[in-house]
Amino acid sequence: MSIRVYVPRDAAAIAVGADKVAASIMKEAAARGIEIEMIRNGSRGMHWLETLVEVVTPQGRIAYGPVTPRDVVGLFEAKFYDGAGGHALYQGLTEQIPFFAKQTRLTFARCGLIDPRSLEDYRAHGGYAGLEKALAAGPVATVDQVFKSGLRGRGGAGFPTGIKWKTVAEAKGTQKYIVCNADEGDSGTFADRMIMEGDPFQLVEGMTIAGFAVGATRGYIYLRSEYPHAKVALEAAIEAAERASYLGDRVLGSAHAFHLEVRVGAGAYVCGEETSLLESLEGKRGLVRAKPPLPAHVGLFGKPTVINNVLSLAAVPHILAEGPEAYAAFGMGRSRGTMPIQLAGNLKHGGLFETAFGITLGELVDDIGGGTFSGRPVKAVQVGGPLGAYFPRALFDTPFDYEAFAARDGLIGHGGIVVFDDTADMLKQARFAFEFCSHESCGKCTPCRIGSTRGHEVLDQIIEGKNPAANMALVEDLCQTMKLGSLCALGGFTPYPVLSAIAHFPEDFALKKHHLEPAG
Amino acid sequence: MNNYETWSETRASAIIAAHIGREGPMLPILHDLQHAFGYVPDQAIPLIAGALNQTGAEVYGVVTFYHDFRRSLPGRHVLKLCQAEACQACGSNALAAQAQKALGIGFGETTPDGRVTLEPIYCLGLCSLSPSAMLDGEIVARLDASRLDELLVETDR
Repeated sequence: MSIRVYVPRDAAAIAVGADKVAASIMKEAAARGIEIEMIRNGSRGMHWLETLVEVVTPQGRIAYGPVTPRDVVGLFEAKFYDGAGGHALYQGLTEQIPFFAKQTRLTFARCGLIDPRSLEDYRAHGGYAGLEKALAAGPVATVDQVFKSGLRGRGGAGFPTGIKWKTVAEAKGTQKYIVCNADEGDSGTFADRMIMEGDPFQLVEGMTIAGFAVGATRGYIYLRSEYPHAKVALEAAIEAAERASYLGDRVLGSAHAFHLEVRVGAGAYVCGEETSLLESLEGKRGLVRAKPPLPAHVGLFGKPTVINNVLSLAAVPHILAEGPEAYAAFGMGRSRGTMPIQLAGNLKHGGLFETAFGITLGELVDDIGGGTFSGRPVKAVQVGGPLGAYFPRALFDTPFDYEAFAARDGLIGHGGIVVFDDTADMLKQARFAFEFCSHESCGKCTPCRIGSTRGHEVLDQIIEGKNPAANMALVEDLCQTMKLGSLCALGGFTPYPVLSAIAHFPEDFALKKHHLEPAG
Repeated sequence: MNNYETWSETRASAIIAAHIGREGPMLPILHDLQHAFGYVPDQAIPLIAGALNQTGAEVYGVVTFYHDFRRSLPGRHVLKLCQAEACQACGSNALAAQAQKALGIGFGETTPDGRVTLEPIYCLGLCSLSPSAMLDGEIVARLDASRLDELLVETDR
């Protein structure tokens, strides 16, 4: 009987040598006459252990990591294929590793567990139960269940998904669209990528349910070009779903048609903003549209369109399969269900941690993340991507919840947490926020287009010690203008990292070349 | 190492024609042109404009809006270093300085011998294993000074 071994094909694993590890294992097995069935799974999300090699034993899946090609011969010597415990990289049962065991995995239940290329494996682990229930319940009940689950847009805005779907369902139009926003551009985020690579059928199923619920027959996944591995995984899943009639003119023999296609972006961060994304899909410059009209009424090609983030759509099959109450039972306040949190930057245990809303920032950084990779003290944590606020240790009691972060002038965004140690210079980080905004601004509105450039120019002057007091006042005033006057979140939220850096780390903005200046 | 086709109007027209009839064919066309030729040649702009019934200015506007699309041939190798926040927290600034010094060029430039183009990239989604880079489409995480030296050696070929 062959031994089943899992080696991830997730991009994070490949980037640290997973393909070479997989090849070395097969080569060594052949030389030793050991029969191995190799499955290239998604990542289990414990990225510091990548490449995480798992072997199936009667007790469960045993993990070894981080494995490099150099370790492979030693693993065979230690009989890893029997799940033997003698090797230094032995981690025990995968699901008992504390980082994994502490999670509540709903959206990521299958990611890393199954073969992402296998529709059979997906079905064997509960896949497509949600679509079957939706088809039986009808479109109105399907929208209602998503509403009752309390699911809010996981892209960052936190708008209730059920209300969005209801608006599109009630909109009049012969053609409607489902668009998946897979332009995951925020630094510190990779949950969308992991789902698309590790459990792509779940996204396909979520979009199919959305199409059925609102009466849309076409869907597009707008994928950023930086994710070539996700493209391959999604296209393989779409093809398999078409072959098995989960997509096509008659979804599962019903009267409902749904066709799905992947479209690749072209390196514009602003295209993660929904209206800019729609312009880009239409083949134009990614200029942000003024709202209203909402995409739900006038969306892709002017038609009613549901546009949701990958994680929102990927949460839907579970909600339909297990019922909205089961999902809404998790969380706090108006943040229901779970959030796949991404632990990134200078962190010892970086990776994907899905948990109910309500966990504190301090638990995530210190307990789960294990502090910094560099071993130095944590100085700042940026939550929610390049447009998110920097939090100091003093605010580590903030619970992960849309409203709690907003109350502290921050945002949870897409759930990315980037940790910086005490070598970070927050004045430079603030400057970068402006610079990034000027690099990525679509140019349509003045506060963002010009404000971002003026912002980093003024901070440059402060760095050089020119008129620091007057220039600091100017920066704060500029931030107010951008916050209130920008058309979308790019210009509107760039003040978050800037103002939070100023508020929480004033020492980095202290007038460094003070002696050059007259007092005041 | 990149191998691109030389410009051919027939080939470009065939690429464009393959996408006509799709919804929103512009980006797929530009991607395929760049895949074939290594960049989006200016000669392609009137061809696209004609096929999509748009003005040359509109097509030009799209080509120049997106960071991915090039208007000239890149070096034989393209090295992209992530410079976004998670990588900054792990020393990406020092790696950028190291690469720029070793190659004698800045971001967005190509070595005079046409060997390497160096570019910043804003996030490869490998942020739990920062810093990261992409060399000719291959991704690398947990980049450090010695690994970067190895990548630079690969560009000598």
